[in-house]
Amino acid sequence: MNSIRLRSLPHLLLALVLTFAGIQQASAQEAATVKKEGVTPGATAAATPATVAAPAAGGGDAAAIAAGDALFKGNCAQCHAINEQVVGPALGGITKRRPISWLLPWIKNSSKVVASGDEYAVALYNKFNKQQMPSFALSDKEITSIVAYITSEEGKTAAVAGVTAGNAPAADGAAAGSGAEAGAGKYMDILLIVLVVVLIVLVVTLVIIGNLMKDVLRGRKDLDGRDIEILEQRFDWGKFYRSPVLRGIVGVVFALVLLYEGVQSVMAVGLNQGYQPTQPIAFSHKLHAGTNQINCAYCHTSVYKSKSANIPSANICMNCHSQIKTESPEIKKIYRAIERKQPIQWVRIHNLPDLAYFNHSQHTQVAGLQCQTCHGPIQNMEVVYQYSALTMGWCINCHREMPLNTKDNKYYDNLVKLHDTKNAGAPFTVSSNGGTECSKCHY
Amino acid sequence: MKYWKGIEELESAPEFMQSAFAEFMPVKESHESKDDTSAPRRDFLKLMGFGVGAAVLASCETPVIKAIPYLNKPEEIDPLISNFYASTYFTGSDYNAVLVKAREGRPIKLEGNPESPITKGGLSARAQAAVLSLYDGGRLQHFAIKGQKAEMKQVDQEIRTKLAGTTGRIAIVSHTIISPSTKKAIAEFAARYPNTTHVMYDAQSATGLLQANGGVVPGYDFSKANVIVSLGADFLGTWISPVEYAKQYVVNRKVSTNKRTMSRHFQFETAMSLTGSNADVRVPVKPSQQGAIALALYNAVVSGGSVSTSTPYGKQLATAAAELKASGSAGLVVSGSNDPAVQSLVTAINQALGNGGTTIGTASSNVRQGDDARMAALVNDMNNGSVGAVIFYNANPVFNHPMGDKVKAGIAKVPLTISFNDRLDETGSLCQYSAPDNHWLESWNDFEPKTGFLSLSQPVITPLFTTRQAQESLLHWAGNNTTYYRFLRANWRGITPTDAAWDKVVHDGVAMGTALPAAPAMTAMSAAAAASQLSGAAKQNGVELALYEKVGLSATGCEANNPFLQELPDPISKATWGNYVAIPRAMAITNKWEQGDVVKVTANGHSIELPVLIQPGQTNGTVSIALGYGRTMAGKAGDKVGENAAPLALMANGIQYMNVVTLEKTSATSPIAQTQTHQTLMDRRPVVQENTLANYKKNPKEVTEYEKVSTPDGMEAPSKVSLWQDYQYNNHHWGMAVDLNSCIGCGSCVIGCQTENNTAVVGKQQVINRREMHWMRIDRYYSSDTHKSDFDTKGKVATYAAMEDPSENPQVIFQPMMCQQCNHAPCETVCPVLATTHSSEGLNQMTYNRCIGTRYCANNCPYKVRRFNWFSYYSNEKFEIVNGHMFTDLGRMVLNPDVTVRARGVMEKCSFCVQRIQLGKLEAKKQKRRPVDGEIVTACAQSCPTDAIVFGDMKDPKSRISQLLRREDGERAFHSLDSINVQPNVTYLTKIRNSESEFFGQEA
Repeated sequence: MNSIRLRSLPHLLLALVLTFAGIQQASAQEAATVKKEGVTPGATAAATPATVAAPAAGGGDAAAIAAGDALFKGNCAQCHAINEQVVGPALGGITKRRPISWLLPWIKNSSKVVASGDEYAVALYNKFNKQQMPSFALSDKEITSIVAYITSEEGKTAAVAGVTAGNAPAADGAAAGSGAEAGAGKYMDILLIVLVVVLIVLVVTLVIIGNLMKDVLRGRKDLDGRDIEILEQRFDWGKFYRSPVLRGIVGVVFALVLLYEGVQSVMAVGLNQGYQPTQPIAFSHKLHAGTNQINCAYCHTSVYKSKSANIPSANICMNCHSQIKTESPEIKKIYRAIERKQPIQWVRIHNLPDLAYFNHSQHTQVAGLQCQTCHGPIQNMEVVYQYSALTMGWCINCHREMPLNTKDNKYYDNLVKLHDTKNAGAPFTVSSNGGTECSKCHY
Repeated sequence: MKYWKGIEELESAPEFMQSAFAEFMPVKESHESKDDTSAPRRDFLKLMGFGVGAAVLASCETPVIKAIPYLNKPEEIDPLISNFYASTYFTGSDYNAVLVKAREGRPIKLEGNPESPITKGGLSARAQAAVLSLYDGGRLQHFAIKGQKAEMKQVDQEIRTKLAGTTGRIAIVSHTIISPSTKKAIAEFAARYPNTTHVMYDAQSATGLLQANGGVVPGYDFSKANVIVSLGADFLGTWISPVEYAKQYVVNRKVSTNKRTMSRHFQFETAMSLTGSNADVRVPVKPSQQGAIALALYNAVVSGGSVSTSTPYGKQLATAAAELKASGSAGLVVSGSNDPAVQSLVTAINQALGNGGTTIGTASSNVRQGDDARMAALVNDMNNGSVGAVIFYNANPVFNHPMGDKVKAGIAKVPLTISFNDRLDETGSLCQYSAPDNHWLESWNDFEPKTGFLSLSQPVITPLFTTRQAQESLLHWAGNNTTYYRFLRANWRGITPTDAAWDKVVHDGVAMGTALPAAPAMTAMSAAAAASQLSGAAKQNGVELALYEKVGLSATGCEANNPFLQELPDPISKATWGNYVAIPRAMAITNKWEQGDVVKVTANGHSIELPVLIQPGQTNGTVSIALGYGRTMAGKAGDKVGENAAPLALMANGIQYMNVVTLEKTSATSPIAQTQTHQTLMDRRPVVQENTLANYKKNPKEVTEYEKVSTPDGMEAPSKVSLWQDYQYNNHHWGMAVDLNSCIGCGSCVIGCQTENNTAVVGKQQVINRREMHWMRIDRYYSSDTHKSDFDTKGKVATYAAMEDPSENPQVIFQPMMCQQCNHAPCETVCPVLATTHSSEGLNQMTYNRCIGTRYCANNCPYKVRRFNWFSYYSNEKFEIVNGHMFTDLGRMVLNPDVTVRARGVMEKCSFCVQRIQLGKLEAKKQKRRPVDGEIVTACAQSCPTDAIVFGDMKDPKSRISQLLRREDGERAFHSLDSINVQPNVTYLTKIRNSESEFFGQEA
């Protein structure tokens, strides 16, 4: 009886270890699914089920939150996230920090509030490198709905941060591994800790019992050879190592990892995300767009009217640099180009294939998107790099999720009515107006 | 019982038995093979493996692409936004007011200028293709002395010295010049060198017409004509000013429920022309009979005699004369003959009809001014040595004048020869000095096509090469160092006194005013003299030749190096790349000739060898050959395409484009590249429909036959039963309507589509292989004498065989055919990779980057409008010459940057100009409004000179297309092949013929 128990001790240990690992894995998986819900159907999914469940917490009604969701993504999400600091401060708990009466004038025209000498405003302005929040022509109702949305989203993890996460370098679930536990429920953590403690206690107790029994048995003289053999038996690691099953499992796992990595690297061929070539002139967007707050369209003159945003011609540089920093060696390069009548040969960063048609004005003038949505925090870039993947999947994803900017645009009036009568529940996205059809971009 | 497999088994030979029961014969490993030439398989695999690996590694490197902005950006140019500039196309044949679409300073497309009171937004195929000629690598890129590159200064200096020393006559030879300022510049040159004379000639001469009308072309107005009688004038295709005339002609050809009348058009001609194919009554006559016809018509209309019906054309002529007389001032007679006697009678007939002020307007046309006699005199003078200097101003008489050989001999005898021609062509290469003129898209110029109507051309691009505008050269040599722009501007002071007025004219491109000096008067032959001359004319024996001009290439041959035009199918014969001898079927049968047999045509002691083409409608006993082909120094694409028929013309009373020829078969054959080889419809009414005006007048609801299909509920419209689910269109539903009554088949849309959509040119051999790439074609069908009603008498098989043969003088119907954008598209359902899908706006989308080239879609397309890229037309050196516009950096400037150049192995087709739709929608969205009807038009609809194509949003109830379809629903609107229920978004309107219809057999 005893012998049987003793013989099974290593097996028991192994079983324990495996159970422990299994539980951990299960919890990790659970965490991953939570995470996935947050990322892939992204903004829309988060907007509907999550917020509908939330009103009690947020205090606002569902419609206002839904409206706030769209507005937030259209206007704020380029610089703000709710639970983390991006370009601007994290907005979670904003109602606790500031009253709505302060927020309204601030969002409408922040520079005015700063100029008025409001203490909090000045402090905030200085904290963020004197970087101004652009003014927004939003109504009071719209701002309250944004705030309602923010309140409803408070406390949710960073993974739910919609547009920003969707644009993040490792877009399509590649980031799923990192910080997976973060999404797991609080109970799971406690349960895990208790389990681990219980297991450790169990193992230690068993080992002590085992050793005690061994000592007792060793003291007895009436044991025959077979019993001694059992008593002295040790777990044979060599056998374990030589086990074909284990080797097989390890081999398969290794092959799968290799295959996965291989496919990933092949899929990345032609993908130039993060491409940051050295330019002939060390032009800093951080200085111009960030510090000096020069409007993008001042230099990229045709961004609101043409397919191309237009790389500024040297005469635009000269508007200022005929006066400013004329001694800088970088600026002198522009003078030289003009004198020699040889245009500056910039290195093109964002390269779409010829078969894809992209029009800036469609996205800026009509859709009202900010440059940062695709180009990233350009105002912080000393040297510009390709922020977004610029893959077809990336385009399509956005077209599927992004609500159409139909406001005050007579082109869409009937379409919106039609959409509302048919399926008002779903947002009127770009793709629901045919924005993912082939010949919208390929002809 | 045992069967042996062979004698080996019976003998049980050991070598055989070794493998007798094996399934496969043992394979010898090739690396053991002693044969050195066979590639060892394993080595091959090793090499290929390495090669693929190396290629993958090498291609992983991302190329560095430069973005080069302007140094100083012009204010009006924004990258990738098109600018439009008004200009004028006139190269000596047809006049077109154009709008030039420019991208970053590169002209990429020409469109009609709707402001023009003359061409009213229409554009000919030649003008559509003219933008390609700007980027022609065959142009002379610098000044030259004896063909060798020379400095402009040196050339100027030598020419000025030599001109000053010239004692004899100085001649400037040009085609018709309608530019007042150019004429002034020539006058200034003539003032400096008083011996100067300016000689104009036209490759398709109208001297006879000019003589009969006091030196000008009468201002015909076909829109006011109820009865048109044309004696061999191809006024819709090539004669004088085809776009202008087509615009007018079609006004009185369009019908609707509220307007059930149309003009009646008689055509007496030799070769089947575009105009003849549109005529209600077409009568084939010999060229030599034109005089007799004019005389008979004159006698009937003016003198009140009767027409003898004994001649083959007598009956129709009598009807024509009677109707003409009845129509009075709403009648019009035109003649393409260059015989002054014929033209005198035609003028007399028109005067007798009293149509001055109605069908012959007061504003006369200036687009033909050439004088055959003066040109002939100059050629003689050159040969007898009395000419001291000759300047060829964009004229190539060595090639396109019937006395080309004499011109060539004469040039050698002239001490100073200068050429302004844009290339070292047949004439230019013989000249000592070449001072190439700018392309018209690089030039300032003014034009007065009709008295009182002016237009301008302005440079849209800086000269690509070191050329100089010819007028500036002339002024320069005359000692005036001003630029031609300043010279022109000064001439316009009278018309545009202020800068604002001038700017408006430059903006509009057209203006009213007169600037051209009056044409030199020509003495007309009296009608009586003409009548007596014609009645005394000797009867011709033997095979008669008619020389004609093609719709694509003018008789000057100046567009020969333009591959777009070379590959434009002739509207009638559908032949591309070259000319041929068009013969009637009867001649082919008697001589046992087959299409493609090369015959030797001899006249004037000159002979050329060309393949024959059996042309229905060609008058028996005659042959026709197109002019303008057979260039030898046009450039890579245009050289040695066809033969030059100009020397076959008859020189009597000026140039007569006819002669008596002898034909002799050679042993050679030469295939003719035709894009359509089936000739008739075989009574298949579902494809294309037509009916008569008489029936239309009776009941417009019965002119179109709507097919019904059997259903459990009886016969129903095909759309009642369907396997497909219908699409729902919320936003737009693009549609097109093609009025077959207005379509004259000119082919302008084909070229418009080609320039807009970067369609490849494939060359003669590939057309023969039926691999032409045009997204849009114009199907031409002839009527047949045999109909289904003959089944009982002739038997089915024999009838069907006979139905494939067109009549001797068939009626013709044109049907523009492009992707029908089916709502139930058969192509979409068979694509294995979803490369062709349906859009929410009713478009049948083609996604090139998805296509893997199975060609299932083309197979399943009932309209055969899909085109497959068999080659990399942009990089395969086989196509370097014909498809130069995709090959060289120079040529590529013409490509439309909004449309992808398709790669090898993908399918392509008409997209309804989706790039224009997208652009139009975007503009509307930017301005926060719905698109306005007419704002979004396809290239074909826009280029159509007869407004036969209407494009628009069928979802917009107020759009023209919606209104048209509502109006014509149940009357003329039909879908081609309706019974297969693919529900096209292209609707055709039944053709209405103002005569008996011979197309379909009588309904049983």
